Amino acid sequence: MLTNITRRLAMIAAAGAVAFAAVPAQADAIDDIKERGVLRVGVKADYKPYGFRDTSGAIIGIEPDLAQDVANTLGVKVEFIPVVSSNRMQFLQQGKVDLMIATMTDKPDRRKVVWIVEPNYYSSGTNIMSLKSAGFKQWEDLRDKPVCGIQGAFYNKKTGRDFGAKIVAFKGTAEVYSALKAGNCMAFVYDDSSHVATLEQPEWADYEMPLPTIDDAPWGLAVALGETRLHDPMQEMIIGWHKSGRILELETKWGVTNTPFALDMNAKYK
Amino acid sequence: MEVFFEWFRVLYDETGINLPFLYDSYDRNRMVDGFFMTVKLSIVCLFFSVVIGVVGAWLQNSPLKWTRRIVNVYIQLFRNTPPLVQLYFFYFAISSLMPTVDNGFGGQQPMLGGFAWAAISLSFFAGAYNVEIFRAGIEAVPNSTIEAAEALGFSRLTTYVYITLPLAFRVALPSLNNNLVNLVKTTTLAYAIAVPEMLYEANQIWSDNVNVTEMMIFLLLIYFALVGVLVWGMNSWERKLKIPGFGN
Repeated sequence: MLTNITRRLAMIAAAGAVAFAAVPAQADAIDDIKERGVLRVGVKADYKPYGFRDTSGAIIGIEPDLAQDVANTLGVKVEFIPVVSSNRMQFLQQGKVDLMIATMTDKPDRRKVVWIVEPNYYSSGTNIMSLKSAGFKQWEDLRDKPVCGIQGAFYNKKTGRDFGAKIVAFKGTAEVYSALKAGNCMAFVYDDSSHVATLEQPEWADYEMPLPTIDDAPWGLAVALGETRLHDPMQEMIIGWHKSGRILELETKWGVTNTPFALDMNAKYK
Repeated sequence: MEVFFEWFRVLYDETGINLPFLYDSYDRNRMVDGFFMTVKLSIVCLFFSVVIGVVGAWLQNSPLKWTRRIVNVYIQLFRNTPPLVQLYFFYFAISSLMPTVDNGFGGQQPMLGGFAWAAISLSFFAGAYNVEIFRAGIEAVPNSTIEAAEALGFSRLTTYVYITLPLAFRVALPSLNNNLVNLVKTTTLAYAIAVPEMLYEANQIWSDNVNVTEMMIFLLLIYFALVGVLVWGMNSWERKLKIPGFGN
């Protein structure tokens, strides 16, 4: 009886799932890009130095530079579409962007939704930044303390569940920095690569990145599912970046110490 | 119960319909907490916005010129600005100007947290509308009734409490109903200042599990149910308060 109902429900559900899945994956993105003459890339606009706005409001950083490389190779102009963690995959699925280079950690469940191009182009881990006077030494110290995060980041759950922190998540980093300064939270859990860049600024002199970095995980550049003709050149592109040391060069350009991941990949493909 | 929850894990494996707030106990707890946070925020805001409405409508008819002016400035300010902007204003601007208190871990934190600011800001927002709603109700009470009350020796306050308000309330109820429904829906904005209500928790869950479609459908249904309960309650209240021959 139960199995019968289960089966019937499963069939209805499967039909629904097919209907949903059938919507994207039509024309070739690469033809559209060439026709349009513009490559639309989803990048972060609040993640210094990987993607942020300069004083004139233009989006600049390591990832926009990488996107520019792609556009140059394709011989088209580039348009940066600012995305945030909680909407970036949807932008790609819905065709609002052709390509996503938006500090996204490569995770298996994300691979079901977008096509993450291998090899990974970058990597980072999770850490917090907090007042030096707070004196955090280990992740367990965060128990029951208010910790700021970004809505949509995957490590919010881990920080909340495994370390018992009370996550206070905002839409963007600007709100978090404001809340952190006001004392609405005692720490900010985010990518260590972001903290390193932030802590170099004089206004954050009283803050530190005190904990051991965890979950060092690679970042994935992504195209929409089924876009084989865009995926394959992107794969070559990434390998090219590692081979030529382009990633290392951009890190230096934007004031980031060369990361072990970028050095390893450069050594591997050279 | 566990068997019931586990069934949804099977559903996910078999069909791809991912409802982690049922089979994953951590996500389930957050969703339940989020639900009660929404209910709590709604009740607090409903209560204070009605109080603000009743008091404001009384002050609006005050013989003192400046009292009337202040009430009108309040109404214009809160009715003519977006509620999200008000929330941000209170949480990020006003909060940082207020004194801080010890957070119990050797640091400082603002006096009021996200929930308190959401409750204050949304109550004032809905309260501004309620003042106008009650004013419309009060103006519908015939002057002759108030004159009769005066003749019987009622003061301005007692006339308002015993004569005007009970009649005005019945006239105002349908539009009050409308505004309170809107208020419950507006509590979703509190997610912008990290109040862990339902939309906030759902957003975390869909970000962790990439199941946006399922969560959106679930959210729509649960808000429909929640607002449905409120509407049903208000409607039956409206029927109970009905005075034969008055108002229609």
